[in-house]
Amino acid sequence: MSFLKINNLSVDYQMRKETVYAAKNVNIEVNKGEILGLVGESGSGKSTVGNAIINLIDEPGKVSSGSVILGDFNIHENSESIVKYRGNKIGLIFQDPQTSLNPILTVGEQLIETIQTHLKLSKEEAKNKSINLLKEVGIKDAETRFDNYPHQFSGGMRQRVVISLALCCEPELLIADEPTTALDVSIQSQILELIKKLTKERNLAVILITHDMGVIAETADRVAVMKSGNLVEIGETKKILTNPKENYTKSLVSSVPPTNKKISRFVIIEKENNNKKENNIKILNRWSKKEIIKQDLVKIKNLNKSFDDNFFTENSKNSVMAVNDVSFEIKEGESFGLVGESGSGKSTIAKMVVNLFKPTSGDIFFDNVCITKIKQRSELMKFRKQIQMIFQDPYSSLNGRLKVKDIIAEPITLHNPSISNIDLNNYIYDLLESVELTQKSAYRYPHEFSGGQRQRISIARALATQPRLLVCDEPTSALDVSIQAQILNLLKDLQEQLNLTILFISHDLPVVRQMCDRIGVLKDGKLCEVSNTEDLFLKPGHEYTRELLRLMPKIESIYN
Amino acid sequence: MLVVAFVSFSLFNFVGDPINNMVGEETSDEERAELRETLGLMDPIHVQFSRFIVNASKGEFGISYQLRRPVSELIVERLPATIELVVISALIALVTGTLLGVYTGINRKGFLSDFVLAISLLGVSLPTFVIGILFIYLFAVILGILPSFGRGEVVDLGFWTTGFLTVSGLKAIILPSVTLSLFQMTYIIRLVRAEMMEILQTDYIKFARARGIGENSIKYKHALKNGLIPVITIAGINIGTLIAFSIITETVFQWPGMGFLFIQAVQFVDIPIMSAYLVFIAFVFVMINFIVDILYYLIDPRIRVKGDVASG
Repeated sequence: MSFLKINNLSVDYQMRKETVYAAKNVNIEVNKGEILGLVGESGSGKSTVGNAIINLIDEPGKVSSGSVILGDFNIHENSESIVKYRGNKIGLIFQDPQTSLNPILTVGEQLIETIQTHLKLSKEEAKNKSINLLKEVGIKDAETRFDNYPHQFSGGMRQRVVISLALCCEPELLIADEPTTALDVSIQSQILELIKKLTKERNLAVILITHDMGVIAETADRVAVMKSGNLVEIGETKKILTNPKENYTKSLVSSVPPTNKKISRFVIIEKENNNKKENNIKILNRWSKKEIIKQDLVKIKNLNKSFDDNFFTENSKNSVMAVNDVSFEIKEGESFGLVGESGSGKSTIAKMVVNLFKPTSGDIFFDNVCITKIKQRSELMKFRKQIQMIFQDPYSSLNGRLKVKDIIAEPITLHNPSISNIDLNNYIYDLLESVELTQKSAYRYPHEFSGGQRQRISIARALATQPRLLVCDEPTSALDVSIQAQILNLLKDLQEQLNLTILFISHDLPVVRQMCDRIGVLKDGKLCEVSNTEDLFLKPGHEYTRELLRLMPKIESIYN
Repeated sequence: MLVVAFVSFSLFNFVGDPINNMVGEETSDEERAELRETLGLMDPIHVQFSRFIVNASKGEFGISYQLRRPVSELIVERLPATIELVVISALIALVTGTLLGVYTGINRKGFLSDFVLAISLLGVSLPTFVIGILFIYLFAVILGILPSFGRGEVVDLGFWTTGFLTVSGLKAIILPSVTLSLFQMTYIIRLVRAEMMEILQTDYIKFARARGIGENSIKYKHALKNGLIPVITIAGINIGTLIAFSIITETVFQWPGMGFLFIQAVQFVDIPIMSAYLVFIAFVFVMINFIVDILYYLIDPRIRVKGDVASG
């Protein structure tokens, strides 16, 4: 007899014209002491199911049918009774620890309030209980931190506080909705360890909602796969990941970048495009293809960047060294990867290479010319043309008030004002085709496209000036795995055909392994080591690299 | 403050010849010159200006041309009336504004919410004097329950004259203060409503719900406290505006406050009063902003420990 039983659960969103099913006839069972992983891409309804268990669906959505049985009780009998299960029998953890705590109440106040809502304890007892809880989730100096406000905690610590809040009334079911997505790898592994430990110690039933197959492989006992509101497959993690039955699961598993080997292309089962080689020939005709010369295209020497806290007084004591004495070279035609956790300075380096930031000291050479010392605008424009950037967030990096055509035309006309209209249109069509978009999309606005398609538009825009260096700052981290696989394939193809040099920045080690020839590892603004990709993964030289590799969630861990 | 002082000083000096306004037709030239000398009008400008600043900081703004009494005396006499009016209407605006804002923010659809919002639209769009005159017509002329002008009987406490201690005084303050508060109130209603609606969508409210915390605590403790932070900023700025608006209200209701004094001064080109009023208003604005900053510090912990970087 399972502890939690979800029977035929459906969630509707009643729109003006139609009813959208966020979840349809979902059946899931979870036992005590077990972690059930719930995976799916964005929009698959996995969070909806998590929220529906405690009937916390935003308007106009509602649970339209089905029952949730916890222990012996049907907790969905009426909407009033569900309130007493929230926090008491069921704890919930949300994705972003930055926003899930009330900023103007201390951690202690929030804990005490929650405890006193459910348990009959005096304020003093509640305080003692909270401090013990904070200790249990691994917060040092719990007595003093008890009176701190949420913003005084770092991201990982905040997520620990969130967990302590979810657990403070000893629930028997814990629903964790993407609990580590907003965190760095090292903190992610700590939080996952904590969840595993608590599951065992407290004999919890846990539903872990995530899109990250690596996390699932390392933590979940069983896994349920969802797609557009439907449950596709459910079973033991090992079975699902190694021998999936459904096509969708197969494609999902194959899109995940493997951590233990380098593959030339991602296998995309659902939608494989065969005619793409021909498409790119068109833009190749326009492209003054550079022969690969054995030389360093980019040389970075002793690069420093500090951000001063105080605008008026340049007090070196307060300034933060975002980039500290970094030097490396990128050869023409290679992909160079920069990896590091948040705050390691990888994006700052990218912005200095494309000349959006001025370095505090040090030089960047591009094609043997020092671009940091160029004063003349016309000289600078020549380099801007050759270096293009793709940003992380495809939603905010495209101007929503311009048509795709105008977005792509802008850099072209900027660098070549005399281009004729027909020529311009043809060029835009060719560019769109090279990123596998139709000509029609030129006349639509960015909001009509999905995240993956938008990132394709970004790539087309970056290619418009025929750059030699493409700087990709986390180009796929806002995307689902299957889309990520497509975009990475596209970048690989383009690089091959156009002899592009790529500076690829990511926090995601498996992705970097698939994409890059050489990798630099950054920590707190300092470069730990630079080495060939396979060397780095097989015999890492630096202590920090070993640490990162050890903590990286590995989908292959399921085979052991 | 200095800039405002300079502007009001320029008013004092360069708008016509003050002596002409002060004395009668038949004053001889010698007498005029003598008066100039005693008023210090023959000194160079920077000497006059520094004297103006020194005197202003002591609260002396010279002698009213029209009433022939020291301006500081006049202001002290009129100050309590204006302060009482502004404080009362600020309280009305804040309390009712917040309450109605929270109500309409939580019950977004409902007859009462729609009604309040419709009325608030009227409050924003109708000018103060129209509302004032409408009120007078309704409550004083037709119903005859409230007085249409003046402060009623006042009690003199020595340094302060108050209308709070007599029935007629209390009655008299109702109409002007409600009129004055209406604009601010509607503003605050809309602000609080927007804030509440936004905050009820945030993750920490959702997380609080997921922990099973009661709806009342969520709304009034978690959401309202966060929602009030921007309200304080706006309210602070608006209390200054309230004083400025009080000119119109005081004129409509013949309220013997500073605004009324100012209007009379304008009519008679009584420049010392006008410049003193300007300096005073500037002073009030600066003080209110200062107080708002302190309140910010007390309410929002994120500002209190700025620079204390997260650790752990």
